[in-house]
Parts: sequence; C-alpha cells; structure tokens
Amino acid sequence: MNDFAVDVKSLVKEFGKTRVVDDVALQIPKGQVWGFLGPNGSGKTTTIRMLCGLLTPTQGSGTCLGLDIITEAEKIKLQTGYMTQKFSFWEDLSIRENLDFVSRMYNLPNRKAKVDDVIARLDLTQRQHQLAGDLSGGWKQRLALAAVTMHNPKLLLLDEPTAGVDPKARREFWDQIHELTNQGITILVSTHYMDEAERCDQIAYLAHGKLITQGTVRDVIAASNLTTYVSINKGVRQFASALKAEDDIENVSYFGAALHISSTNTVAIENVIKRAPFDSLDWQKITPSLEDVFISLMTSVGNDKRDYQ
Amino acid sequence: MNSLFRIWAILSKEMIQMRRDRMTFAMMVGVPIMQLILFGFAINNDPKGLPTAVFIEAPDQHSRTIVEGFKLSEYFDVVTAVSNYQQADDLFLKGEITFLLVIPADFTKKLVRQEMPQLLISADASDPAASSNAIAKASVIVSKALNHDFVGSLNFLKSTKPNVDVIIHPKYNPQGITQYNIVPGLLGVILTMTSVMITSMAMTREREKGNLENILAMPVKPFEVMVGKIAPYVLIGLIQTAIILSAASFLFEVPFLGSFMILNSAILIFLLANLCLGFTFSTIATTQMQAMQMTFFFFLPSLLLSGFMFPFRGMPQWAQLIGEMLPLTHFLRIVRGVMLKAADFSHLANEFYALIGFIVLIGIVAIARYRTTLD
Ligand SMILES: Nc1ncnc2c1ncn2[C@@H]1O[C@H](COP(=O)(O)OP(=O)(O)OP(=O)(O)O)[C@@H](O)[C@H]1O
Ligand SMILES: [Mg+2]
Repeated sequence: MNDFAVDVKSLVKEFGKTRVVDDVALQIPKGQVWGFLGPNGSGKTTTIRMLCGLLTPTQGSGTCLGLDIITEAEKIKLQTGYMTQKFSFWEDLSIRENLDFVSRMYNLPNRKAKVDDVIARLDLTQRQHQLAGDLSGGWKQRLALAAVTMHNPKLLLLDEPTAGVDPKARREFWDQIHELTNQGITILVSTHYMDEAERCDQIAYLAHGKLITQGTVRDVIAASNLTTYVSINKGVRQFASALKAEDDIENVSYFGAALHISSTNTVAIENVIKRAPFDSLDWQKITPSLEDVFISLMTSVGNDKRDYQ
Repeated sequence: MNSLFRIWAILSKEMIQMRRDRMTFAMMVGVPIMQLILFGFAINNDPKGLPTAVFIEAPDQHSRTIVEGFKLSEYFDVVTAVSNYQQADDLFLKGEITFLLVIPADFTKKLVRQEMPQLLISADASDPAASSNAIAKASVIVSKALNHDFVGSLNFLKSTKPNVDVIIHPKYNPQGITQYNIVPGLLGVILTMTSVMITSMAMTREREKGNLENILAMPVKPFEVMVGKIAPYVLIGLIQTAIILSAASFLFEVPFLGSFMILNSAILIFLLANLCLGFTFSTIATTQMQAMQMTFFFFLPSLLLSGFMFPFRGMPQWAQLIGEMLPLTHFLRIVRGVMLKAADFSHLANEFYALIGFIVLIGIVAIARYRTTLD
C-alpha cells in the first residue's frame, strides 16, 4: 500500500486507431480533491472510466486504492463511487426506489434509515415518490451525487457533477466535497468551471488525450510562464480584433468590461502595448487567471490532430 | 414547394438511418428469404416418409412383400422391426414412429383361403394431420404389393377387389380432434414468444437508456445480473402456463393422461432455455429494435419447424435437423407426450437432455458475451 488513492502510469486508450488517452500518469494522494480539466473530447471521461474498471486500458497499469485497475476492478468498484457525466439512474423508478436499489446493491445496513436520511439531506422528502425522470436537470445531478456517495466510498470519481446545477447548489456541493475529504475520501472531479478548479487541492489538465500540466493552481499558473496585461479603459473592446491579429499575443479575452492579453513572451507583449495604437490604453500587469492559462494552453497545443474514424 | 423540401429532408435522413442500421436492413432481406425457404421447401401439408415400425408375427414371402410395398411407398418409411407390442409402444411414446404395421401369424393362411385376412396399422393420431393421408393410401399399397406375388399357382387371387382387410387403429387421439394437438403446442409457442422477447430487451434497454454504465460501475457479477433479470419472467411464464393449461382443460377439454410433475419440470426447463436465449440476444443487440428483430428471426422457424404447425416427420431431413436445435421442438414432444400419450420420463429423457444441453450452451454464450466493461 502507498499513500496514493490513485496511482496510474502510461495509461493509453485507443478506440480503433484513435488514441483517445495518450500516456496519462496520475498520482493522487489520499484525502485530496483533484480537478480534472480539459477541453471537450480531451479524454477526461475515458480516463475516469479506466480508473473504475469500466474500460480496459490499451496500455498502462496502476492502482486505485492499492488495487490493480486491470485485475482487481471488481474490488475497486466496491469502494468507489462513480458519477457518470450523463444521468444514468433509472428514470422510470422514483427517487426513493433508485436510492433503495443502490443501497441493496451495496448491501448497506439500515437501508430504510439510510435512504430516509439521504432524501432528507437532499430536501426531497416531499418528492421522494416522483419519478427520477421527471426531475429537472440540476436535480438529477444532485440525486446522482447523493446516490454514488451512499455506500461511503473511499474514492469518488465525479464526471462533471455540477453541469447545469445552480450556484447555491454548487456551493453546497463543494462544501460537501470538502467535508468528505476531511473524512479522508479522495475525489477526482472533472469540470469546465474555473472557480471549481480553484477549489481543488490540485488540478490536472488534459488536452488531446495528453496530460499537459498538473499541480496546485498557483503552480500551474507559475509554470505557464504567462505574462498577462489587463486594460479597463472605455472602448477597449474595439481594439480586440487588432490585438488578436498580433502574432506576439497568444490570447485575448474579455473579462466583463476588461480585456486580458497574454503571452509567454514577456518582452514581445510589452513591445506590443508600447506601440500605437495600443499605447493609448492603460495597461496593468496582473497574475494570469487560470482561464488565461488554460486558453493559452489550448492555443499552444494546437488543433486536435488525432485520426478519427 | 417548401413542403417538398421538407419531405425530401426527412426522406434522406430516413435513408441514412436505414442504411446505418445494418440489422434492420438484413432483416428486411433475410426474413422474406427465410419465409420463402421455409414455406417453399420445408413445409408440407401432405407429409411423406413417416417413420413406421413393422411387427411380423410369422415372416414369410407375403409379409415380406407387404413390407417391401410399404418401403417403396412414399408415405411410409420403414425404420425398424419390432418383435412385440411393448417395443412398439415405447417407440410411439418416444415419438420415434408414427405407424406400426402388424401382420398377424395367420395372415398367409387366410389370404390363400380368400378369407380377407386382417392387417393392422396403428397410427399416432395425436397429430391428426400427419397421419391421415398415409392411412388413406395404406389399402392401395397393400393390394398393389400383393398383386406382384399373385402369379403362377396364386394367379387366381389376383383381383381388383381388396382381398385384405386393413384395420386402422388411431392411438392417443382416436377422434382426431385438432385442438388436442394444437392447444398443448400453443403453450410452448406462447412461452417461447413472450419469454424470449421480454428478456431480449433486458440488457439492451439498460444500454439504450444509458443505465448500463451505472450497473457496470457497481460491484455486480454477470451471473447475478442474469439471474436477477431472468427470475421475474419465470414467474410470469408460470402464470401464463396456468392460464393455458386451465383453458386446455376446461375450454377445450384436452385430456391430461400423464404426470403433472414431468410436465412441470419440462415447463421450468423450457422457460429457462428461452429466457437464457433472450438474455443472450440482449447481450448481442445494441438497440431494443434489434432485440425485437432477433426474437422474430428466432420465432419464425420455431413456429414452422418445431412440429407445431406442420408435422415434424413430414419435413425434409435438413429442416428436421434445424428443428432438432430448437427448444420448442423438444418441448412439444414432451407436452404432447405427457398430456396425450401418458409418456413417462424414460420416454422423454432425450428431450429433457436436449433442453438442458441448450441451456448450458446458450448460458455459456450469454456469460461470454456479457461485458463487464463498456469496451
Ligand atoms: N466508445 C468510443 N468509441 C470511439 N470513440 C470514443 C468512444 N468514447 C469516447 N470516444 C472519443 O474519445 C474522445 C474523448 O472522449 P471523452 O468522453 O473522454 O472526452 P471528455 O474529455 O470527457 O469530453 P467532455 O468534456 O466533452 O465530456 C472523444 O473524441 C470521443 O469521441
Ligand atoms: Mg466527458
């Protein structure tokens, strides 16, 4: 046994000729929350599925909770909660029936009390006999999350658990996540929200199946070597297209009324803002935000060159 | 005009989807071909070559001639000779023969004396359609054959009038009531149809609705899923059985001569065979539509080649071979044997073994096909 809840290396998954996950290594210490980020189709879901034995890796090996992901998938499933990206509970069962089914599957003691408790915590007591299919999108997510945590897993793999969830519920969800990690649970959560990424102990960023960067938010930002300037002058937006045309500026993005420009080349970007017409604006150097970093990463990685069949 | 564009849009989308769904496409071509072959070649309303046993009490020239005549006839296929009635009864109960030809010891003596000797043909009439044509031809076959013998000193016996009294003894269903044959068979047909169809949806529904990923993420073994999915339908099958058997008894007054125990075990085993098959389909099909089509593709030959609609022994050899592979064929023999002939286990053992063999084979395929991953 080691202290990593997830310890995998050189994971590869190919569908036909397409290499969907390419040489991914992850070492997640016990009791941490890791954010799993990356553009659509980068292979997050596929990686998570390999971790919990739903897909067999084409290459690579590793352990989850000290159990081999290839030969001991059965045991991993007992101690892992996996929340699928697409709602996968039974829409033709009621909320209570779904939870009942899950608790039976894991043979949980005091089933009725446990289910009652989960329903009460979700604040769904009034609606417990409603069909799960009739719930709104956000409520489905909340039900699914409650269901996959029922058996007190030691490892939680959550695939975009907060997609479509309102801000208050999202806040509650993250409170719950941190509560769980305090109890020693390890969580890998994929998300497209930057504010959520910032709540994680560490983040791993995937692009085109490759792990591009990982570490704490601060490390990732520092490692990006990105220089970012912001301008909040009135009418700054009119300069956006001209700035985008500059080769030395890697990305330009709106943040409310402000405009962020970033580049890995500090000298080059400073030359640009000293030039007309951009020198008419007030530029201020800031620490790049995570979003700046990710957008610049996406740009530098380039287009997806994988071969799709 | 715009309407035309929209119709065209829908039409081309439909064509794309049709082309992509290979299974449906294959079915649209496969089903007519299968029907043509089955109806065109396999099925015969005038069944010929029915298996016949002969019992010759005192072999001599004339009895040999008669047997030879039967052998040459297209309706009777003399498969074996027996030396007593007990043997013949066993063969009847096992369903291995349709006819027994008995030539009594005093046949030749009476024949020469022109005393109209008797010739006995016992027929398995549990399926009246199977035996009727052959029976009608029996007298002609006998006189034709004997006429060859009537030369020289026996020339005087040659006549156009029948000189032998062919007595037909229809066993098991003497009045030839079709329902006696159809209603017990219907039990097998209904159980096949419903149980295969329902279970074939078992995994495909989970897959189509996206629940499969969830099931697979839980610590459940293929065997557990299979048993859990099949068990409820055993119960439903038993309810259907109760309904059909009650109707058979009260509505159609079909006799029930054999052992309830044997029939019940047969029903259980047969149900399991069908449920396993349905489950196997559901591990192969990717959509519920495909599962339905596979069920139908299986059901059609079951209906036609099992001996339910058309006499099994009247089909060509290759069709019988296919028929032997279908659980319904064996079940029909059991259910008809038990209800109409009071057959006991020793006569039906082979049918039981066939059903169990089918379960084992299909069960292995199902477990092998069941994927614990999404690959
Ligand atoms: N069963 C499959 N067969 C073929 N290709 C697949 C299969 N599953 C996934 N892919 C491909 O693998 C790539 C990665 O998919 P994956 O679902 O892991 O991405 P993701 O990072 O989760 O994306 P998103 O953020 O949109 O959820 C995609 O290009 C997808 O088309
Ligand atoms: Mg995904």
